[in-house]
Amino acid sequence: MIRYVLVRLGNGLFVLWAALTVSFLVLHLVPGDPVSVMLRGNGGEASSVDPAAADALRAELGLDRPVHEQYLDFVWRAARLDFGTSFTTGDEVRAVLGRSLGPTLELAAAALLLTLVLGVAAAVAGTLLPKAPLRSAVLSATVVGNAVPSFWTGIVLLQVFSFGLGWFPAYGAGDLGQLVLPAFALALPGIGTLAQVLSRSLRTALADPYVRTARAKGASRLRATTAHALRNAAIPAMTLFGLMVGGIVAGAVITETVFSRPGLGTLTANAIGGHDFPVIRALVFLAGALYVLVNLAVDLVYPKVDPRIVLRAA
Amino acid sequence: MNEPTVSPPLLAVRDLRVSYRTRAGTVPAVRGASLTVAAGETVALVGESGSGKSSVGLAVLGLLPDGTEPVSGSVELDGRNLVGLPERALRGVRGREIGFVPQDPKASLNPVQRVGAQVAEVLRIHGLERGRAAAARRARELLGEAGLPEPDRVAERFPHELSGGMCQRVLIAIALAGRPRLLIADEPTSALDVTVQRHLLDHLADVTRRAGTGLLLITHDLAVATERAERVAVMSDGRVVETGPSADVIGAPSHPYTRELVAAAPSLTAPPATPAAPDAEPLLTVENVRRVFRTRLPQGGRQVTTAVDGVSFTLPRGGSLGVVGESGSGKSTLAQLLLRLDRPDAGRIVLDGVDLTSVPAGRLRRLRRHVQPVFQDSYGSLDHTFTVAEAIAEPLRAFGVPGRARRVADLLDLVRLPAAAGARRPTELSGGQRQRVCIARALALTPRLLVLDEPVSALDVSVQARILTLLAELREELGLAYVFISHDLAVVRQVCDRVLVMRRGRAVEQGAVADVFSGPRHPYTQELLAAVPGGPRTVSEGASP
Repeated sequence: MIRYVLVRLGNGLFVLWAALTVSFLVLHLVPGDPVSVMLRGNGGEASSVDPAAADALRAELGLDRPVHEQYLDFVWRAARLDFGTSFTTGDEVRAVLGRSLGPTLELAAAALLLTLVLGVAAAVAGTLLPKAPLRSAVLSATVVGNAVPSFWTGIVLLQVFSFGLGWFPAYGAGDLGQLVLPAFALALPGIGTLAQVLSRSLRTALADPYVRTARAKGASRLRATTAHALRNAAIPAMTLFGLMVGGIVAGAVITETVFSRPGLGTLTANAIGGHDFPVIRALVFLAGALYVLVNLAVDLVYPKVDPRIVLRAA
Repeated sequence: MNEPTVSPPLLAVRDLRVSYRTRAGTVPAVRGASLTVAAGETVALVGESGSGKSSVGLAVLGLLPDGTEPVSGSVELDGRNLVGLPERALRGVRGREIGFVPQDPKASLNPVQRVGAQVAEVLRIHGLERGRAAAARRARELLGEAGLPEPDRVAERFPHELSGGMCQRVLIAIALAGRPRLLIADEPTSALDVTVQRHLLDHLADVTRRAGTGLLLITHDLAVATERAERVAVMSDGRVVETGPSADVIGAPSHPYTRELVAAAPSLTAPPATPAAPDAEPLLTVENVRRVFRTRLPQGGRQVTTAVDGVSFTLPRGGSLGVVGESGSGKSTLAQLLLRLDRPDAGRIVLDGVDLTSVPAGRLRRLRRHVQPVFQDSYGSLDHTFTVAEAIAEPLRAFGVPGRARRVADLLDLVRLPAAAGARRPTELSGGQRQRVCIARALALTPRLLVLDEPVSALDVSVQARILTLLAELREELGLAYVFISHDLAVVRQVCDRVLVMRRGRAVEQGAVADVFSGPRHPYTQELLAAVPGGPRTVSEGASP
């Protein structure tokens, strides 16, 4: 067990290193010069940049050094979780990230909770409802949820519930009311995917002989499903859920922009627009670390759900 | 002894009709079945697959699958008609008044729940014990009563940590937890070894005798029915065609279908297969083969299992060797070694003077045409996207044999399939027809040896009898040699002239079928023969004319 976790963490470090290296290379290859963006400020002309000032700034940021030197320095500092200072604001990257992390965690937690509760509920309802048309209505609804892009969902939700009915505020972060619409918009595609995968494996599990044994004991259909089939059907859904957690940062970029919420998503959008290399790299690192840790956590939960699964370090 | 017939029946099924809705329309599964079970009585419901016997059991429980037409007829338990009762009322009957022992013990327990909790669930659903702790304690008692050693420890196990026989005991504990008056057992032992089967059926007989529980025993096995049931009801095509005391029905069947069924059942008294010519030269010589599996345990550490442990035998040209043993005895591993799908860790396998364990890969591929397999699962052995003709032609194509269409037609004829079968897909065939296709494919390259691993175990007795006849005829016609692996001693007797008994990887006894079956020397062989349902009695009857 301990050996397994250590091996997996080792693999995770490799994944992080690879992600950082790729992001470093990509940022060096993409067109656009951070120094001219910074000197230009907002809306400035490219020709208005003073070459001397640009060189000075480039030296200050260490961008005049050879690429391999920059890379080694970057990796060495990243290993100590030091990502330097933001090109655009001059603040320490760690502090910038720290400020944005809170609202995004809030949003992500709310969205994942919604995904889990509504996804499982839709799967169970789509399998157990007494009338076939009701079952297919639930499952079709999940397909729609899955197919609609989340920026559109966000806009529709804003139109209906903030501007139309005025139930929830349209933007901002802090209280619970402000969380509802963005969390729902972020969760909707996940709810659909989770419900579809879970309902399919649930239907397979319900055909297994142990479900008949449970019913022969006198268990109701609902009990046979929730107490027996659901746990057996959970593994594919858990794998999917782990992948969703990793993807939540990507989803937050769109959702936070639509709802004008501060957070990692907005930060990502701004950092990319402003060629703010240190912030982008730190975000890549954070997303990678999140991905590695969540998937490790999911793998560690597997044997608790299904005792036949044995963890084995590859 | 006559008491059960005097008192009103515990279970009375009258004119039961069950139909399943399919895409092709409604298909009747049970077309008017009637039977009774008295308290303390065991009634066997016998029939082949598709006869509707399992549907009767499920209809009594009210557990027919979704997509079943409403049941007609009546199912009376102590005079109360269960047909048409609301689901809520039926839930009170299931587990409390009727216990159910299913067919496949390993799959019938929830794999992710400890078995103790699965027994306790019955008590909790029906409110038979107050509180979790009391239910858990009673569950452990029930596991003990079901004959499980160390019930306190077994209760904490998961199903995959138990053997098939132990799982079936857990399921019996579940079925009896609510002290039901009626037990329905659907093929309770068909997935288990004969010795385990005997213990479990003894246990069920004991329970019904002591508690006065009625037992409806659904089985395909006539010998089990005769030995265990007071009365037998024979089902064919959705109808009960004959019913009466077991000895009468099986001993002197009046309905033609029952007669056919009885005739098809392999017996330990039938004359054994004809031996190979005494001067036949050896085709296959197996010397001291050994196969060891090393597996890593979840707790860490390794487990070493010797699946085949120094087995030796010689098979003459045209000879037929039966390999018998219970699950885990190493018979299937031996088959894999003979087919050289697996490599032994030690020993030699010499076919026609060539040692298969040391030939280079290219040469081995060419030698494969001489040794061909037939497996138990004909469904899994055929690619469903191939037509029958394509499946049979595949080995011919692999070896570049010309004139394939002609050869396929000959082979279909050889296994007594109509030429039109060539265009069909495996899913459109019955189990017996599919196994014929597998045999035709195995014969395509005119092999000298067939390795048959439980080739008829998945088939109904009448189909099984026809396949066994075919195998016997093919052996004569083509001069084939067989290594025939089976858990069923009666089947081996019909096809083989020599037998090898395996236990825990070792060959404990081998010799001519007639000698080993009439005078087994090793205690394990004796135990195996004694456990065959109806075995000892039939043998003793044969001994004294």
